[in-house]
Amino acid sequence: MAHFDLENEVNSALRMDMPLTRGPLMRWQRREQGQNNSSINISLNASVASAKTPSKSLNKSLNSGAYSKTPNSKTPGSAGRKKTPSKGSKTPSAADRFIPNRSTTHIDAAHYKLCTQTQPNVEDSLMLSPSRQEYKQLMNENLNGDALQKKIISFNEKPPQAPEGYLNNLRVLYSTSKVGTASKKTTRHISQQPDRILDAPEILDDYYLSLIDWSAQNVLAVALGSCVYLWDASHGNITLLLQQENAGADYVSCVNWTSDGNHLAVGLSTGIVELWDPSQQKRLRSMSGHAARVGSLSWNSHLLSSGSRSGSIHHHDVRVAQHHVGTLLGHSQEVCGLKWSPNGKQLASGGNDNILNIWQAGSGSLLTGAEPIHTFNQHQAAVKALAWCPWQHNVLASGGGTADRHIQIWNCNNGVNLHSVDTNSQVCALLWSPEYKEIISGHGYTQNQLTIWKYPGLTKVAELTGHTARVLHMCLSPDGTTVVSAAADETLRLWKCFDVDAATKKNKSKSVTKDNPSSLLMHLR
Amino acid sequence: MATSTSNVITLKGSTDIVAEFFNYGLNSILYQRGLYPPETFTHTQQWGVTMLVTCDKELQAFLDKIITQLKTWLTDLSVAKLVLVITDIATNEVVERWQFDIECDKTVTATTKRDVSDKDIKEGIRSVIRQITASVTFLPLLESTCSFNILVYTDKDLDVPEQWGETGPHLIINSEEVKLKSFSTSIHSVKAAVAFKKSD
Repeated sequence: MAHFDLENEVNSALRMDMPLTRGPLMRWQRREQGQNNSSINISLNASVASAKTPSKSLNKSLNSGAYSKTPNSKTPGSAGRKKTPSKGSKTPSAADRFIPNRSTTHIDAAHYKLCTQTQPNVEDSLMLSPSRQEYKQLMNENLNGDALQKKIISFNEKPPQAPEGYLNNLRVLYSTSKVGTASKKTTRHISQQPDRILDAPEILDDYYLSLIDWSAQNVLAVALGSCVYLWDASHGNITLLLQQENAGADYVSCVNWTSDGNHLAVGLSTGIVELWDPSQQKRLRSMSGHAARVGSLSWNSHLLSSGSRSGSIHHHDVRVAQHHVGTLLGHSQEVCGLKWSPNGKQLASGGNDNILNIWQAGSGSLLTGAEPIHTFNQHQAAVKALAWCPWQHNVLASGGGTADRHIQIWNCNNGVNLHSVDTNSQVCALLWSPEYKEIISGHGYTQNQLTIWKYPGLTKVAELTGHTARVLHMCLSPDGTTVVSAAADETLRLWKCFDVDAATKKNKSKSVTKDNPSSLLMHLR
Repeated sequence: MATSTSNVITLKGSTDIVAEFFNYGLNSILYQRGLYPPETFTHTQQWGVTMLVTCDKELQAFLDKIITQLKTWLTDLSVAKLVLVITDIATNEVVERWQFDIECDKTVTATTKRDVSDKDIKEGIRSVIRQITASVTFLPLLESTCSFNILVYTDKDLDVPEQWGETGPHLIINSEEVKLKSFSTSIHSVKAAVAFKKSD
């Protein structure tokens, strides 16, 4: 009969001589209601303020409290709704609908009572925020309060803590399938021959320097004596970027690209750090400050950290004139390893004093003389090889020199040594492969090999031999497939040891965006 | 166990059974939820199920103190609930709440004897323990380091022992609850339930 309803309504709407059944109430009706409602309001507010209705949940009682603050539009709770008269009867009976009267509602008082009646009396209340305390108290009263006649007590003593650094092993339970796929991948073919061999005449056979770096724009910077050459890996072009004037005595001790690959920082044996623009082959800045040669550099956005033979680490803000913004003094001998973590929160520095320090990035500026958050002295020789895990930002791999021969994996958040493996050879360089979750290490005497380790098991996956003298430096190509190793035999060898298989290659496009505007460019000019 | 042979149970026997159940039950939860390293637990056979009990001396002593206290309350028939609350150490937030409702038959005195099937009690306990073990599959993984706390709901007029203090119920905001099985010794009956944070 729905269609008749509509018809009836239309008819009644069109009939103008009937008394109005819809629309606003007449004034005399409203006045009468106003008088009646004052009593309802008071009783309702009283029940809200006490908030002890045991059957109601806290939410409800809180909600009705909220209603009482904004009562003009809604009928609060079920009490109001019950009294709503049926549509037909329009007789203005007493309390037929809830229209609160603001002047009679003691909103402030009710709110105050609601908030203050819950005085914390629990010992551990100090640990909780006021809102939690209130919630707890109200919940207590509502749910178990007086109706249950129960007392809740707890044992005061605290249970013994699980051992330091213990992580819930149940994670293993959930990741068993992952382990299966990973072990399958280890059976991949790794070419034992280098993909390419480049000559690097006059490369310095010095363990404490870092003479190659591969940029995000696929350009490999190589420091050969007093010169820096750029090898474009996509085209094979070689350009000479710079040559030291005093070629006999001065040499380039360190090269490091910015993360976007638009600028190259060059550390010199004179202690000067230079900033170069490879596109124009022009020096942008020369920053002095170190007393001895700069053997290590690391970028953290606009901040360049440099480690010197003097043992000090300087922070240079390359955007400002007063570039020297901080000094870290944590090493007594030459700083040969320096790496910012991928998230830019921590700086790892390794020295010839066999110390590995972890520094926390300060908020805003880096303060001079700050203490390292962790100091590891487990290595028995100089710590040059440092690499942060690309997928777990607090995990660091470090390798020791001839007397040590160990690779150590650290959790730098809590300072726990996660793994340690004896390599039987000097560790000169370390890299992580995010694709295969592996570590590759470059070694010296006796085999001068590159070793690939599975992480976290640290089992040997492959050994790449070919160098006839110790491997000094290693870099990963921007696409993550190729490792370049520079050795004292004056060759650079490119190993395609992390090549992705054709199936997965399709899914991933790791091409570098070349039109990426430099973040430094904006600051420098 | 006091009633392993006879089919008659006394208040003392019932207390022993329930206390023993809590000892193994709490141990199982601590193991299953990974609050302590699994290598600090050893296997034991009880009620025909293999359970893991801690061999960490400190934790053992801690649980023993609680169980001993619980025994006196069970004998007094004054305990209503035992709750194991798992809290996140870093945020102090309650992430899981194992609640055991204990119903005591207040008419029982020290000399009362009840006829009861020993087999049924064991079967009941077994099923609760099994459910605790099985609950790992649906409970959310405890990502951060957690600690636990024991709450006991007792009668209002009970004198609080020195080592215990009054506290709140430690409820979980936005929680989901799963009822587990229950068992009864006809003097005490225990109903288990676990509440955990709803995943968003």
